[in-house]
Amino acid sequence: MNIPTSIATMLAGILITLLSLWYGQNHGLMPIAASDEATLVDGLFNTMMTVGFGLFLLVEGTILIAVIKFRRKPDDETDGPHIEGNIPLEIVWTAIPAVIVLMISVYSFDVYGQMGGFDPEAAEGMPGVTQVAMLGGDEMSAPLIDPSQAHPKPHHHMMAVGVGASPDRAGQPPDLTVDVMGLQYAWIFSYPESGIVSGELHVPQGKDVRLNIKAQDVLHAFWLPEFRLKQDAIPGEDTEIRFTPRRVGDYPIVCAELCGAYHGSMVSRIFVHSEEEYDAWLGQQVAMQSASPDTLAQRLDEQILALTTPLSDEEFLAPYAHEVGLTAASLESLKGATPVLNELLSS
Amino acid sequence: MTQTDFPTTASPDGGAHSGHHGERKFRDYFTFNPDHKVIGLQYLVTSFVFYILGGVLATAIRTELATPASDFVSPDTYNGLLTLHGTIMIFLWIVPAGAGLANYLIPLMIGAKDMAFPKLNALAFWMIPPGGLMLIASFFLETPKAGWTSYPPLSLVSGQVGEGIWIMSILVLGTSSILGAINFVVTILKMRIPTMPMNKMPLFCWAMLATAALILVGTPVLAGALILLAFDLFAGTAFFNPSGGGNPVVYQHMFWFYSHPAVYIMVLPLFGTISEVLPVHARKPIFGYQAIAYSSLAISFLGLIVWAHHMFTSGTPAWLRMFFMIATMVIAVPTGIKIFGWLATVWGGKISLNSAMLFGLGFIAVFVIGGISGVMLASVPFDIHVHDTYFVVAHMHYVLFGGSVFGIYAGIYHWYPKMTGRMMNEPLGRIHFVLTFIGMNLTFLPMHELGLLGMNRRVAMYDPRFADLNVLCTAGSYLLAISTLPFLFNAIWSVFKGKPAGDNPWRALTMEWQTTSPPAIENFEGVPVLKTGPYDYGLERNGSQPGLASSDTPALSGGSPT
Repeated sequence: MNIPTSIATMLAGILITLLSLWYGQNHGLMPIAASDEATLVDGLFNTMMTVGFGLFLLVEGTILIAVIKFRRKPDDETDGPHIEGNIPLEIVWTAIPAVIVLMISVYSFDVYGQMGGFDPEAAEGMPGVTQVAMLGGDEMSAPLIDPSQAHPKPHHHMMAVGVGASPDRAGQPPDLTVDVMGLQYAWIFSYPESGIVSGELHVPQGKDVRLNIKAQDVLHAFWLPEFRLKQDAIPGEDTEIRFTPRRVGDYPIVCAELCGAYHGSMVSRIFVHSEEEYDAWLGQQVAMQSASPDTLAQRLDEQILALTTPLSDEEFLAPYAHEVGLTAASLESLKGATPVLNELLSS
Repeated sequence: MTQTDFPTTASPDGGAHSGHHGERKFRDYFTFNPDHKVIGLQYLVTSFVFYILGGVLATAIRTELATPASDFVSPDTYNGLLTLHGTIMIFLWIVPAGAGLANYLIPLMIGAKDMAFPKLNALAFWMIPPGGLMLIASFFLETPKAGWTSYPPLSLVSGQVGEGIWIMSILVLGTSSILGAINFVVTILKMRIPTMPMNKMPLFCWAMLATAALILVGTPVLAGALILLAFDLFAGTAFFNPSGGGNPVVYQHMFWFYSHPAVYIMVLPLFGTISEVLPVHARKPIFGYQAIAYSSLAISFLGLIVWAHHMFTSGTPAWLRMFFMIATMVIAVPTGIKIFGWLATVWGGKISLNSAMLFGLGFIAVFVIGGISGVMLASVPFDIHVHDTYFVVAHMHYVLFGGSVFGIYAGIYHWYPKMTGRMMNEPLGRIHFVLTFIGMNLTFLPMHELGLLGMNRRVAMYDPRFADLNVLCTAGSYLLAISTLPFLFNAIWSVFKGKPAGDNPWRALTMEWQTTSPPAIENFEGVPVLKTGPYDYGLERNGSQPGLASSDTPALSGGSPT
């Protein structure tokens, strides 16, 4: 190998490194980060984009250069050099990916811990939670769960499913708990403390919020893209997400698990309010729902029925109409979808 | 003197060149024929027909998604389309196409007359048409609508007939796959010519050994899950049905115990194909034979212990999420060994940029994107965000289209002269590659961004802010649909009008090229003798001692150039 080649290689390496470092920070592929958890995940993603983009450039660059530089001349019937391998080189390209994935694993592990993934208290103490029997006590979870936090009952352990409290909040009750019920094709949010039921999720900014997620009929997945959080809603098994909303605004709630024909229209909004706004909303809701207590149950049923009726195209698109320049008339012209009532509710 | 002067006959007594080899009649290809070459072509042609059907469904899906509203088909039909698209592409195109290449090539590569169990082999093939037709027939009765994953409880409430057809069809196709795998293992282990030790097998055989192991371990578990699902569906049991106390998450574990390895069942044969195509057209030995061979086995083993990474947002506790994250990440290491080995193979070679090589290099170029996004998906916190989104759709199509389908095309362009005795048309092949490469990236690259921004998968209607990127994807998918036309024309036209290929148009060294094209009915006359390693390109050969090349240890990686 002559000197100019090694200089060229070095320059290429520097160029690839700089390009990946730049792209890893400036890919612009993620939506707004609206929670503490989102910021953590974005940091991890940027790191993976940096490493991944570097590898991408390395592989594609090698192919391109090889194709340009090592083409067979039309009349050249000879073979290339007989090189069967190179042990040191092979060790290098085995070890480097191994180290990279180890580092990404450790980083992911750390982010998951900070998000509250290892909160052993998650999913405990909630009525209706599925108890999972584990053989011989805590062996299964022993490597990751701090013994002092272990559940006292040796033969029944409630598995933490979902994302629990962040480590600095571990063991403390959340500021706000909301029960989330997924059903074809809506999310129903009930606030146990105030008795409110809503089709939209309203949360106060900067508070520790826990969502207890249930499903009534089939699997759904509760996804908050701007919060980088997702958890399946599983019939017969409760799951949870605990997070701290940081950024005031309203963001989509999406169902991410195929749940039937109108899966795509199973959408809602999460509103992050300042504390005063949130209290105002809460007061208003309480006043509305306590106005006629005897018809409350009936009103709830109607509300749920209305929410679970699949949206027609014009209803589904209406909230976005101004964004895409659709007129009311063009919405009307869209063919309406046939409402399919939820079996469980209509029976 | 180079290997080009090396006699092409495989055995001193003239090999298969005696001219009185049997001829296949056209109608043989429509019969229960135990010849592995007939069966191999039956697999390839049948699976390609299903590929076109699956492609029509994909085009319909993309047409629906060209606009945010659900205006092309009803949302109900849409779910039928996506379920059948996934099922057909996996079980009726990529898996059987890999089996087709394996059937055709394994006996030829190891010098055998046929597979170990020829009739079982024919039986395995003939289970595919009924299994496939059943699925197609569901269009006229009731389509399965719960996705190719068929998760309960949705699969239990979305239509008994359609779901029943789906289960039955997968059971038949799975059985076919198991029977094929038994044949591959026994043939590779027991039918090699005596002069070929394991370490001189072509790498395609190593890849098929790893694939067959996965099929044999994984498929019975899928069958078990589907039978239990059928009980829930028809007999009212509650293995997975939560309303009777069952647990739907158990189904997910059983399903992915097969269906994650299925990804490797689909891609490993094509890894093997690439390891065959690159050295021939780069005129250079494969770089690190043993590393590439054993990495197939490592991928096979690791592939069995990563299934729960499909369930990071499901009912999985934290310790399980962490274990499967690390196991999944580790797969990047053997896969990286292969990719770097392939790059080092072509580096410094004498590359003929023909259609086979274009698809071979295209495979690496595109597959690496799927590999990188795969490592990202393994990371639990990131996967929580993108699970079940278009990011996953993009990733899986980079792996399965960019990986498997590019590999299948590379294999077809490479072995077509052997299979038919005629060359394919090169300009058409290049047009095919260019259209496929652009179409593929145009269709699937924007999907990464869609998923990250918040578009969920398997939806018939979506937030209009994603409309622009979706139009791009749909345009790409139309280009992909068009890209099959030059190939189809080329493949059919060349059978009749292609330039005669001769026995070894690529001057390749593996044993399938040392017999006639197409090979005689029993492949070789007598037992061929191994004279060179499969990748001994660039070795000086001594004309007076033609057998000498094989006495070196060409299989050892790290050997210095002779």
